Amino acid sequence: MINFFQPYAEYGGEWLPVLLDAMLKTTLLSISAFALAVVFGLLLWFCQASSAPSLRHFASLYVTVVRGVPLLAVLFLLYFGLPGIGVTFDAFTAAMLGLALCFAAQVAEVFRAGMMAIPKGQREAALAVGFTPGQCFAFIILPQVVRVVLSPMIVTFVSLLKDSSLASLITVDELVLTGRAMATEYFLPLQIYIAVGLCYFLVAWPFSLLSRRLAVR
Amino acid sequence: MTALLSVTGLRKSYGSVEVLKGIDFEVKAGEKIALIGPSGSGKSTCLRCMNFLEKPSAGDIRLDGERVGVRPGGRGDSERIMSDRQLAPQRAQMGMVFQLFHLWPHLSVLENVAIAARKVRRLSAVEARDLAMEMLAKVHMSHRASASPLELSGGQQQRVAIARALSQKPKLMLFDEPTSALDPELVHEVLKVIEELAAEGRTMLLVTHEIAFARDVADRVMFLDGGVIVEEGLARDVITTPREPRTQAFLKQIRH
Ligand SMILES: Nc1ncnc2c1ncn2[C@@H]1O[C@H](COP(=O)(O)OP(=O)(O)OP(=O)(O)O)[C@@H](O)[C@H]1O
Ligand SMILES: [Mg+2]
Repeated sequence: MINFFQPYAEYGGEWLPVLLDAMLKTTLLSISAFALAVVFGLLLWFCQASSAPSLRHFASLYVTVVRGVPLLAVLFLLYFGLPGIGVTFDAFTAAMLGLALCFAAQVAEVFRAGMMAIPKGQREAALAVGFTPGQCFAFIILPQVVRVVLSPMIVTFVSLLKDSSLASLITVDELVLTGRAMATEYFLPLQIYIAVGLCYFLVAWPFSLLSRRLAVR
Repeated sequence: MTALLSVTGLRKSYGSVEVLKGIDFEVKAGEKIALIGPSGSGKSTCLRCMNFLEKPSAGDIRLDGERVGVRPGGRGDSERIMSDRQLAPQRAQMGMVFQLFHLWPHLSVLENVAIAARKVRRLSAVEARDLAMEMLAKVHMSHRASASPLELSGGQQQRVAIARALSQKPKLMLFDEPTSALDPELVHEVLKVIEELAAEGRTMLLVTHEIAFARDVADRVMFLDGGVIVEEGLARDVITTPREPRTQAFLKQIRH
């Protein structure tokens, strides 16, 4: 046991700033990807709910494709594949885009399910007082959907945070890639990967707690 | 005097099932009409056709002489059903009270009543608030203005829903079994409010199973069965001395 903890005492001071830096990168990547995923997801949701068949078909095709393709393949495509046709992203941007494109489908699904949870009478009562469909959506439906989706959206964020580790494979120096470099340098993979895991946990845990709090209410 | 609401040849089918098979009636300004009938006879469907929450399959509904929900076609030959957006100003002229209240849970009681005045009638925030307080006073709910609808009893929720409909300053009030989802001890407070509105001379079309209430408060009663109006007349006549065997059977059965 003493042997196990000893490296933390010895190298902790060196590891901590490096890990904190990588943690920041992971968090930054996750938050920006998630923000973009929400934007894409809302657009996708509007397409799904649209009365135009072409938009609905596009949305269902998009969801089908994204469900069937692994995130890693999307990341490789964006980072290694697209330069082949002259489109080049830096690693961080490619990771952010890939995560956002894939999680947009989940975000749209969360909103769709949230909308289903609103009883039909809510809309009818709104139309009955003379709201247009737009006003009904803005004042009556959307505010209620937002409340319903808050908790599942946080769950989605946490799962995006964990999946952001795949960005290490397209050279984003986030937690996992940083950990791998450190493991090679110090020959202490056990201690270092445990520390990396702890870093993810520290970011994710407050969100998990929050989502549980929101879900109960 | 011309009718405030006139309904002619109203039909409604769901798929191949015809639920309303040609309904005609008129409601004069200030009149209170009760619509009674067995479950599944089409009462709700009929009421919901008035503001086009259900789109009639055929027929002509006029409010104050204006055709509801349908406008002349572009080339003058065929008429077209309005979109929800186009319907909004006409719906605003009819207040509707639902069996299950349908208050908006993310808004306070006051906001539930004020929001239509604010967003549909475009009153200022202060005017809308004052109007809402006035309407809440009418339904004896002023003391719960800042509460959430979720904190209220069913009877209180229904009274707020009535205030919400009143805030539209509607020409006509539509009630769809406003007390049938309530615990028996809460029915009275809602009926009392409706009675007070009736006494103000409001025009009302009321679907109800409260036969005694229909007899005492309504001017006329229509008995709907199998998608047609089987009997129609002065409230006291229809309820105490019905002519049609089907009306007699229904009233006999509902009293027990
Ligand atoms: N959206 C719908 N699709 C198909 N059938 C419907 C629909 N809405 C109503 N119906 C049918 O139309 C008939 C009349 O329904 P309606 O709700 O108008 O009856 P009601 O007289 O209000 O009955 P109740 O007293 O139970 O409220 C019923 O047989 C019902 O099953
Ligand atoms: Mg009904």
